[in-house]
Amino acid sequence: MTEYYLYIAAALFCIGLMTIMLRRNVISVLMGIELMLNAANLNLVAFSQQDQQFHDGQMFAMFVIVIAAAEAAVALAIVLKMVRTFRTTNVDEVKSLKG
Amino acid sequence: MIEILFYIFGGLTVLGALGVLLNSNVLHAALSLLASLLGVAALYVLAGADFLAVTQIMVYVGGVLVLVMFGIMLTKRTAETQVAKSGLIRNLLGWLVGIGLFAFLFMGIVELNGISPQLLKADTLDKPTTIYELGGALMSRHLLPFEVLAVLLLVALIAAVYVAGRIGEKEG
Repeated sequence: MTEYYLYIAAALFCIGLMTIMLRRNVISVLMGIELMLNAANLNLVAFSQQDQQFHDGQMFAMFVIVIAAAEAAVALAIVLKMVRTFRTTNVDEVKSLKG
Repeated sequence: MIEILFYIFGGLTVLGALGVLLNSNVLHAALSLLASLLGVAALYVLAGADFLAVTQIMVYVGGVLVLVMFGIMLTKRTAETQVAKSGLIRNLLGWLVGIGLFAFLFMGIVELNGISPQLLKADTLDKPTTIYELGGALMSRHLLPFEVLAVLLLVALIAAVYVAGRIGEKEG
């Protein structure tokens, strides 16, 4: 049964990677990052099924969820600043760090 | 019965992710992301991680997705006036890398399944809730990461407010 989790997680990771590489909208890129984080969590939970005593995989996945929430908050703040400064949501048009 | 549910939710997860990739409208992509995240939560339940499934729904669907929606709404005026164009070679490269990586991982998992099937066997759904073990471990063995994460969340939220706010800005 675990291998089906691995297949789904691999598909999710690759779709997230393609979203990051193909889409130019910065919010789409952020959604791709969320997909990749979810793929990693799915792998952790799938292998945690064999650890009936300590559930370390689930613990790690929980920490990853918290980090992802913090990342989303900071990233969207940066997106708002970027839109206010550059008047665009296209990641290719943002060429300078100095706002 | 469990297998049928697994296939349904797995399909929901992957199709939602494909919707994120293929929808040109950002709002529709966010709704596809909602479907994908709910599918992942259901897969957590099927893997016996009940508390993690509830956490996934509360944090991702209730928090991150709402943040993304706010981001879309706040950037919508600039987003819809510009049609993002990207080069053909880079598109081709993106598809190639994504599908190639998936083929690589797929073959790796098939091979792993052939070499050591006992690594991939799992007996789930026959144990009680994991919430007592998780809570106990969070307060004993994983206490230091837990506290560090609390500080990290505080710092990240303060930073987000500082960056997004108009503190010290001359004109809007």
